[in-house]
This record gives sequence, C-alpha cells and structure tokens, in this order.
Amino acid sequence: MALLEVKDLEVRFGLRSGEVKALRDINFTLNRGERLGVVGESGAGKSVLGFSILNLLSKPGYIAGGEISFEGRNLADLSAEELRSVRGNRIAMIFQDPMMTLNPVLTIGEQMVECLLAHRKISKRDAREIALQKLKQVYIPSPETRLDQYPHELSGGMRQRVVIAIGLLMDPDIIIADEPTTALDVTIQAEIMELMLELCERNNVALILITHDLGVVSQVTQKTIVMYAGRIIEQGPTKEIINDAQHPYTQGLMNALPQMALPGQRLNQIRGAMPPLQRIPTGCAFHPRCNYVMETCKHNLPGFTRSGGCQVACHLVAEMKREEAAQKKAEEV
Amino acid sequence: MTDQTQILEAAPAAPSAWQRIKDSHLWHSFTRDRVAQISLAIFVLYAVMALFAPAIAPYDPYDPSQIDILNSEIPPSWDEAEGDENFWLGTDAQGRDLWSTILYGTRVSLMIGLCAVALQAVLGICIGLVAGYFGGRLDSLLMRLADVQLSFSTMMVAIVVLAVFQATFGTELYQDLAMIMLILVIGIAEWPQYARTIRASVLAEKRKEYVDAARVIGLRAPRIMFRHILPNTLSPILVISTVQVANAIIAEASLSFLGLGMPVSEPSLGSLISSGFEYIFSGSWWITVIPGVVLVALVLVMNLLGDWLRDVLNPKLYKG
Amino acid sequence: MTTMTEQHPQRVVQAGGETLVEVENLYKKFSISGDFLDQLKFRGGKIVREREFVHAINGVNLNVQRGEALCVVGESGCGKSTVARTVMGLLSPSSGAIRYRGERIDNLSDRQLMPYRRKMQMIFQNPYASLNPRMTIEETLQEPVRLHNPQWSATEVRDKVHEVMFSVGIDPSWGERYSHEFSGGQRQRISIARALAVDPEFIVADEPISALDVSIQAQVLNLMMDAQEQRNLTYLFITHDLSVVEHFGTRVAVMYLGTLCELAPTGTLFAQPRHPYTQALLSAIPRLEDDRPGHIKLKGEVPTPVNLPSGCVFHGRCPYANERCQREIPQLIATDGGGMVACHAVDEGRI
Repeated sequence: MALLEVKDLEVRFGLRSGEVKALRDINFTLNRGERLGVVGESGAGKSVLGFSILNLLSKPGYIAGGEISFEGRNLADLSAEELRSVRGNRIAMIFQDPMMTLNPVLTIGEQMVECLLAHRKISKRDAREIALQKLKQVYIPSPETRLDQYPHELSGGMRQRVVIAIGLLMDPDIIIADEPTTALDVTIQAEIMELMLELCERNNVALILITHDLGVVSQVTQKTIVMYAGRIIEQGPTKEIINDAQHPYTQGLMNALPQMALPGQRLNQIRGAMPPLQRIPTGCAFHPRCNYVMETCKHNLPGFTRSGGCQVACHLVAEMKREEAAQKKAEEV
Repeated sequence: MTDQTQILEAAPAAPSAWQRIKDSHLWHSFTRDRVAQISLAIFVLYAVMALFAPAIAPYDPYDPSQIDILNSEIPPSWDEAEGDENFWLGTDAQGRDLWSTILYGTRVSLMIGLCAVALQAVLGICIGLVAGYFGGRLDSLLMRLADVQLSFSTMMVAIVVLAVFQATFGTELYQDLAMIMLILVIGIAEWPQYARTIRASVLAEKRKEYVDAARVIGLRAPRIMFRHILPNTLSPILVISTVQVANAIIAEASLSFLGLGMPVSEPSLGSLISSGFEYIFSGSWWITVIPGVVLVALVLVMNLLGDWLRDVLNPKLYKG
Repeated sequence: MTTMTEQHPQRVVQAGGETLVEVENLYKKFSISGDFLDQLKFRGGKIVREREFVHAINGVNLNVQRGEALCVVGESGCGKSTVARTVMGLLSPSSGAIRYRGERIDNLSDRQLMPYRRKMQMIFQNPYASLNPRMTIEETLQEPVRLHNPQWSATEVRDKVHEVMFSVGIDPSWGERYSHEFSGGQRQRISIARALAVDPEFIVADEPISALDVSIQAQVLNLMMDAQEQRNLTYLFITHDLSVVEHFGTRVAVMYLGTLCELAPTGTLFAQPRHPYTQALLSAIPRLEDDRPGHIKLKGEVPTPVNLPSGCVFHGRCPYANERCQREIPQLIATDGGGMVACHAVDEGRI
C-alpha cells in the first residue's frame, strides 16, 4: 500500500469573477521513503498541491473533488483532531520563508519544546533533549546556545536548518518542502539540499519537494511531476524526465536553461507565458505556446499516454505511440 | 531580431475608465457593503442640501426683513397645539425658520470642514512629501515640529488664537472674518495628521524601484515627488480626508458652541445648537435637538465612510 | 547534456578595448546607528558618540570595456547591487571614484549628471515594483524621451516610444494599459524598453531575471542579447545565478563581502577558477547531470559586514588560509588566463 495516494484531486478557488480550477485531475502515489519532485513555473499550482495535501488551503480555495489517502485512510474522513495529529506528527511542512514557521518572539528552544509538548506526553527536560538531538542532526554548530537564541539572531541558512529540525521533531513519514531553498544563496542551497537528502535517506522519510529548479530536482528526487496550468502534464522517474523528456513543455523548460545553449548564443525560449487560471485555453492548456501544436490539441484535453516509465499528457506523444504500435504490428505481420 | 510571436498575441482593447472603475476592488466592495451605500447616500443628500440651500429653503435666514420676532419659539409643525404649518421644524428664539436655518447651517459647516481639510491636506502633503523624500535632518526637524504641534490639543490652540483675536480686534471684525479664521485655525492645527501619514507611505514607496527608475531617467525631485510618489499615496490620503472632514466639522461645532465660532446672524450647526441651548429648559427643545441630530448624523456617516475606505484600501495604515 | 565552457565564439572583447566605465578604489559604508541622538552612548561615566557602519563595498576596482557584458556575481550581501547603484549615481560613494569615458561622475550634481543619464540606464530586479502602478505604459515610456529630447514634437515622441515598444516585443497598442495588467515577463520587457528609450550606450542590469520564471528568463535574456547586438550596448550585469553568467557574460567579477575576489574572462573562470571562493561557488550550481562531484563545503557563515575580518575577508572560511591571510589584505594579481585574482595562496603558488 502506498504511503500517500492522491486520486482525481480537484481544487477550486471561488473568486468574484467566478470559480477557477486551480488543480485538476491530480493523480499520484508516494511510497515510504520515496522522494518526489513537483516542478512547474509560478502559477502552475504546485504550491496549492502542497497545501491541499495537508488541507491547509486558505479561504477562497477548497478541495472540490477527489481523495487524498494517507496509509489507506482518506484524509477527508478524519475528524479535526485526527487531522491535526496527522498534520503535526506524520506529515511535516517546510516553507520557502523560514519566518512563516518560526515565531519571532520565542526562542528556538521554546518553539521546539512547545511543539513537542503539544503532541507528546513527555517532560519539559526530555523535550529539550529531543530538540537538541534534532538540531545536531541538521548540523547546527553549538546547538546548546542556539536553543536559547531568537530566530532573528540566526542567518537565513541557519533558520532554514532550524525549520527542518522542527519538521523532523515528530519523526514524520512525509516532509513536504515548498521551495525550501529559493530564498537562499547557491552555496547554502547546496548544503541544505544535501542535508535534506541525507536526512530522508537515513530516517526513511518520504519527501515531496516543490520547486521551480530542475537542477535541484534532478539531484534529490527519484520521481518527478511536471505541472502546467493546474494539471500534471508529465510524471515519471526523474532520470527519464531529465534525460528524455517527452512533453514539449518539459523539453522547452529544459532547453531554456542557459547551460543548454552555446555561450553567447540565443537561448531556446518558449514563446508567450503561462495563462492565468481564469483564462486557461481549451484543449491542451499548453497549445498556444507549443511548437508542435495540432488541430486536436486546440479542442481536446489530452489523456495520459505511457511512454517508458513516464505518463505524458500530450496528443503528439499519444500519436507517436500509436504509430509505433501500428508499425510494430505491421512488422509482425 | 525580436520575438514577433509575442507581439502577435491577441491584444484586447484597453478597458475604458468606467470599465476600470467597475472592475476595481473599491467598487466591488461598495456594491456589497450596505452600510457604505447608505452612508454615501446620506452624505450626498447633505451635499445637495448644502449646495442648493438657497433654492430649497423657504426663507432666507440671513435676511432680517424676513424674520419676525413674534414668530419666535414656535414648535415643529407636528405639534398640533402650537405648531404652525409655515414652519416645518418650528422657529428659533429670534423667529427664524429652523428648517431654512439648518439648511444654511449645514452649508456653513460643510464649507468650513472641507476648506479646513483642504488647507490641512496641502500643508500636510507638502511637508510629509519633503520629509519622507529627503529624509535626514530635514525629516527629523519637520517631524519634531509635528510632534510639538500635536502635543497641543487642537481645541486649546483654536480657543487661544480665536479668543486673542476677538479681544484684540473686537467682536465686529471677528464676526466678519469668522469663517476664514475658523478655516485657518482648524486647518493649521491639524496638518501633522496628514504629514505623518504621507511621510510613512512616502518612506514605503521610496524604497520601490520605480522611484529609482525615475531618478535614473534624470527627473528632478519635485517631479518625482508629485508625479510619481504622490499618486501612489492617494489611498491613505482619501481615508484620512473623510475622517478629518468629520473632525473639522466637530471642531467647528465645538468652537461655535463655546461662542468662538460663527456669529448668531450666520449660524453654523454648532452655533445653532449653542443658541438654542439657553431655551432647552423652557421647553423649546427643538432649537437644540434638531440641529444636533443633523450634525451627529453628518459626522456619523462621514466616519462610517472613512472606516469603510480604510478597510478596503489599506487595512494597515492609519487607524486613527 | 554537457555544459559548454569553451571560449566564446563571437563575444570576445578585443584586447586593449576602450574602457567605458571605471570604478576606482570604491568604498561605501552605511551608518546603522540612527540619527545623532541615537548615537550618543553612556560609557564609563562619559557620554560618547558611537557610530556603527555596514561596510558594503571595500575597495573595489573594476573597468567595463566598451561592448562587453561584465557580470558581477556573488551571494546576497556581497555588495554587488551596491556597486550597481553607486555606478548609476543612486548612491554616492564613501570614497573612490566612478569615471565614465575618463570623466569623473560620482561628484556631479543632478543637473550636471543629465548628459550622462541618457548614456547610462538601468534595469531593475523586481518587475512588479519598477513600474509606477499609477502610470500607463505609454506615459512611463514617454517620460524619459520627453525629458531628454525637449525639442521633440508629440508625434516624434510617440513614434520613438512605439519603435522601442516594438523592438522589445510589446504591442504598441497596449500603451494605454497599466502595468498591473501585464505578466512579470512583459513588465520586464517594458522596463527594458524604458531603459532603451533614450538610446543609451551603457546599461546596468541589477538581477533583471531573477524574479522571473525559467521559460521567461530565456526570453528576457535573448532580448537583452539582441539589444546588445543591435544597439552596441555595454552591460554591467549583476546576478547571483552563475549559469546565466556562463552564458551571458564576457568577463565575470566575483565578489565576496564587499571585495573583488576574482575577475576573469568567462571561459577562463568557469574552466579554471583560481580563488577558493570562486571554486566553492561554481561547485554549488545545481546541474542536470547525475554524476556530479560533490560541492565544496565552506566552513562557517558569511561574517557580518559590520565588523569586517582582518586581512583577507574570506580567510575564516577558506581551506587554504594561513597566518598571512589573517593579517594582510590580498591585492589583485594577474593570472595566466587573462584574469586577476586576489588571493595569497595563488600568489604563493599554494593553489
């Protein structure tokens, strides 16, 4: 049984201009200890996905359909109390801005102890001991003194380490990290990513890494989901997606990276920009920007085609696979 | 070679000004907020009453030939025993029609309120912009000045100035200049409110890159301040203005009540309340109560509008 | 999928090229002690005036050659943006000089700066803040044209604006709209159009693509390269993204804590980084390759620019640091690849 299974998830936002679908047809599974990357540009719905797994969507957004099951139990069926315990104990969330998690008026130690006491019946002294252990796990130098410091006394990288330590407090099964290194410098980003990789491997924790950076995904994750305009357009093993992307958007995203062009030459850009959720085109949402657009792309939403280990939502790939199959058949005959 | 496909993207026609207003957040929340709608309706009603007072009022309260002292203290017309249907809301102690006097009084009150606030705004905006934009010592100096000004209560300053003026130049000259003096005093006493709000938002705007961009272009400070920064601080100005008009009207009414405001011959709502106050125990309650209700309603709707604007435009700024 | 690090085919700067902008021994410090009253402290029975400073730039020397794209890279707080803003005259240097074609411009008044304003322009980082939300695109773009060409008629101004809008890929009929109606990438195009509207020869770009999405970054970078080719522009390009630098830069300057560590032609720098900090920085770029050697870990954290370390500012984190590094500030020395590096270890042949 998968640790986390998301089936036909749909999230809507009730805006005054009408309802918009922020997420559609989201299907994926996450096994124990597996690391999953969710890639997409801003507005693709990748953060909404992270929030909806924990049912943390704020006001105009709500889950309109589908189910999210954790260890086989549908999260929607849980009582508020049970949900709270899943949220705090089993699934932890790390945000882009460490200050979203850290309370500026409490010391690091107070926050960690408070968090522990809320979920477990242990003494304050024990809680502090656990907090210290976790800080050591994330390689914070002189953790004893850090416990009594306030968040503003730490650097950005240190704060993010503390947030990871807080996420680890309850020994969760899943960590959802929403752009955990975007606000950090490259050298620190590399350190934090390495740390997360190590922690997940050692504790057999599953990771959902939400990011816009394909480089980070390629180094940390085993599976990747590529999102565009609220829909998954490609998912599969990270290696396959990085080395042999099928969907024209994924290809375009990869080819647009500066290292993919000769220095001084024009980059391979994708034209246009991602449409806002209120104006998602009919058919394949990517068709106005796609170089291989066909007539059917403009009207019909593409279903998923299996290609290698990947699932791709693209008419062109589907057609190519059909032709391949037909050819094979013809050869057999 | 440029990216031609970008240009060929469908360019919908730019929306008209009316369309922009209809799409705005302000309009949207207005259509949903019943309190704001009623408040605005009442305020518009007041404005119309004030503007067209000479046309609406059955009598001219400033014209002594229309006043008959024998008509004094007639109760409102719904008092069947003594009421007179010629005088809908009754008459005051001098025999003036109360309805007409209230219409003219609203006109005076609103006039003083708006002009005083306009003066405050001009002073406060200029000082706030300069302090916020240039910063440093000039900023410290101007803001300490504002602190000093704020540490005197408006009423205290107004009472002292008006009383000294009255004593020095005599009551007659004072009565001629009463309106201008009130506008000046209330206007000057309250500029720090504006200056502080503007300075705070200038400091916030100044950090944005469009201000740097304007400097890089080579624009001079006054143009950057008035053309670029000022339009972006309009929201707090709008909020503070509605509340300040209400405050100015109250200030004027209080001064008039104390006998330092508008003369009895050209009464504002405040001096009307004051003039009727002596008669309240002799049974002529309407001379004070009716203008009082009118004043309270006016100030109330202005404050409600201000609250609504503040909530819609910028919940963080100016909770005064 | 390998990364190209060969010499740049067509963007090599001619040796001995003309120097357009010169930054000479630049220092910039910001007071963080508040105003005069806040600075007074009571120490040992006496009232003394104490002031603390952030040392944002500490003795930077740079020269930008005509026609090149000089990239300045470094992590947050290294002073790269301060360099950009000081060059543009948005900040005045604490000491040192900025020269444009040999003329000092850092001590000029606003009025005296006017002729330079039309030659030097700037593109900003945040496309959501760099356009005035209360002005239409047309107004935004007309303003610089009008200011610098007061004798032009309204038609001439409009024609010029439309020409620039077209050249950055913005439909001129969108001019009546306000900036909030555009996406981040379109706003950045408008921002570039504003800079190009006065036909400058030198553009400072302060992180112009870091707020944009990957696919849009490519569009904007292409646009900037096209503009450079068509208009003979010279760029001072500030960024933290090394993969962009590798693609875009003619030469690269690496900054750390307000000082210049290394300055070299892009190919040389990426193929053979000399300064230990540059090496660490390069190793940290997330690449798409799977079999990547691990990145170089630096010990400790960036010290605060309030109390600068003695000697080489990097010595506390440097694996090669010795006693001399703690004591003596390293000077830039020429390396064989045509670059310059400020490191005692390189000087002594230890690296």
